[in-house]
Amino acid sequence: MVKLFERNVLDLHNLPAEKTAIEVRDFSLQFGNKPVLKDISMAIPKHQVTALIGQSGCGKSTLISCFNRMNDLVADCQYQGEVLIDGRNIYDQRENVALLRTRVGMVFQRPNPFPMSVYDNVSYGLRLQQEKSRRVLDNTVEQALKDAALWDEVKDRLFDSALTLSGGQQQRMVIARALALKPEILLLDEPTSALDPLTTLYIEELINKIKHQCTVIIVTHNMQQAARVSDYTAFMHQGKLIEFADTDTLFTLPQKKSTEDYITGRYG
Amino acid sequence: MPKFKLNTHISARFNIELENLRNSVLTMGGAIEQQLSDTLIAMRDNNRGLAEKVVFNDLNVNSMEMQIDEECLRIIAKRHPAASDLRMVLTVAKTTTDIERIGDEIERIARMIAKGKLPDSADIIKNMLSIGNHVMEMLRGTLNAFARLDSQAALLMYREDEKIDAEYKNLLSDTVAEMQRNSEKLEDWLEVLWAVRALERVGDRCKNICEYVFYLTQGKDMRHSPMESLQEKLEDLR
Ligand SMILES: Nc1ncnc2c1ncn2[C@@H]1O[C@H](COP(=O)(O)OP(=O)(O)O)[C@@H](O)[C@H]1O
Ligand SMILES: [Mg+2]
Repeated sequence: MVKLFERNVLDLHNLPAEKTAIEVRDFSLQFGNKPVLKDISMAIPKHQVTALIGQSGCGKSTLISCFNRMNDLVADCQYQGEVLIDGRNIYDQRENVALLRTRVGMVFQRPNPFPMSVYDNVSYGLRLQQEKSRRVLDNTVEQALKDAALWDEVKDRLFDSALTLSGGQQQRMVIARALALKPEILLLDEPTSALDPLTTLYIEELINKIKHQCTVIIVTHNMQQAARVSDYTAFMHQGKLIEFADTDTLFTLPQKKSTEDYITGRYG
Repeated sequence: MPKFKLNTHISARFNIELENLRNSVLTMGGAIEQQLSDTLIAMRDNNRGLAEKVVFNDLNVNSMEMQIDEECLRIIAKRHPAASDLRMVLTVAKTTTDIERIGDEIERIARMIAKGKLPDSADIIKNMLSIGNHVMEMLRGTLNAFARLDSQAALLMYREDEKIDAEYKNLLSDTVAEMQRNSEKLEDWLEVLWAVRALERVGDRCKNICEYVFYLTQGKDMRHSPMESLQEKLEDLR
């Protein structure tokens, strides 16, 4: 038979180690005595875009924050289980958390430019790492801005304040700032919810390109965005992982009724 | 209406997906042209082996329809196409359904040949071949109109169907006359009748596809326009 369309879909239940970016094992988390994540297990594929969808408050942001231990900053946070990156549990006591956060970058909903020039914003992380060579800094800034599809727009105003950029430009600059550290994994928490539809499409296109450099995990409350931008989608409900599948399957033939209800906008 | 452009989306993947989708229809169309042309050769030469091959190949055509259907579903679920993109995806889905049905009609004819049931009347065969060649031209022209999204070509091909219908009526009465003369072979002649009818149906299906192409490119439904205004439109386009 003639095969008209090529599609390679990974088997998420048997993902080989070399294709796994993050493995979550029986992970639960509570804020105080409030359970927020309940016994989550999943293997997130490397160099793919994985989307997390689900109702507001279901634990999406909390889950991705576990991937670079941002939840450590919350006072009464407790957890059980493991999160493995490259086969090592990042919740191990010996883990270097500062280093972890450069390997696993994060971009939030609202662009958060630092009140300094575009150049200083993008090179900020490298300079924190004591990089002094002007040439290295220049090259990195240029490359990161190019990867974030912003270079052409800002190359003549690198030393202007980042606060003069538009919202969409600021968000791409923040992505460039994360990319400058050459992260293995990039976490995006509703990165386009403050942007207009067209700018959103540009950022989505950018996400599709950077997945060749790093694994991308995106939280979005916009199902259509998840459908457009991701290769794999996880649906969460009340702290549980309900269904995790390749995006095409999840949006055309979901296996669980609650997934179907959510993506078709029905009452669960 | 804005001019039709497939490859100008911000999403490069979406461009590729739409392009592949359209190409898949052309691949399927190519397969069906081959099926019809093989069937006509088998008819001319009474080549039962070739006719069997056509019957077997219809599975391939069916599988293509399923794949394209699935891809349309996937694109709609994933991309939420709007305006011209949406019309494109729906047109592809409808077109492949018609192509698949064309495949079924062709298979019916090939089956008759494979079973050795070609009528033993050189005249009837000659006339069947003549309609067959006409249908072949219409099929080719229709698929080209689709490939180039050419509404003028679609309109021209649409009108070919009238001629095919006329030829069909003649052949039908010839066949019925033969049936009356050879009433002892009635069952065989019934099969011939079905095959003749199948040829005519291919023309009808092509006509459907022409309608879709016209709708896709012009944003207007030619089924509900009176023939005169179609004629005017044709003049306009020239
Ligand atoms: N720092 C915190 N302290 C206590 N509860 C929190 C904290 N952060 C989030 N939560 C609660 O955890 C649940 C999940 O929140 P979150 O992960 O932000 O959901 P989502 O991103 O899916 O909207 C919510 O009920 C929220 O109120
Ligand atoms: Mg959130």
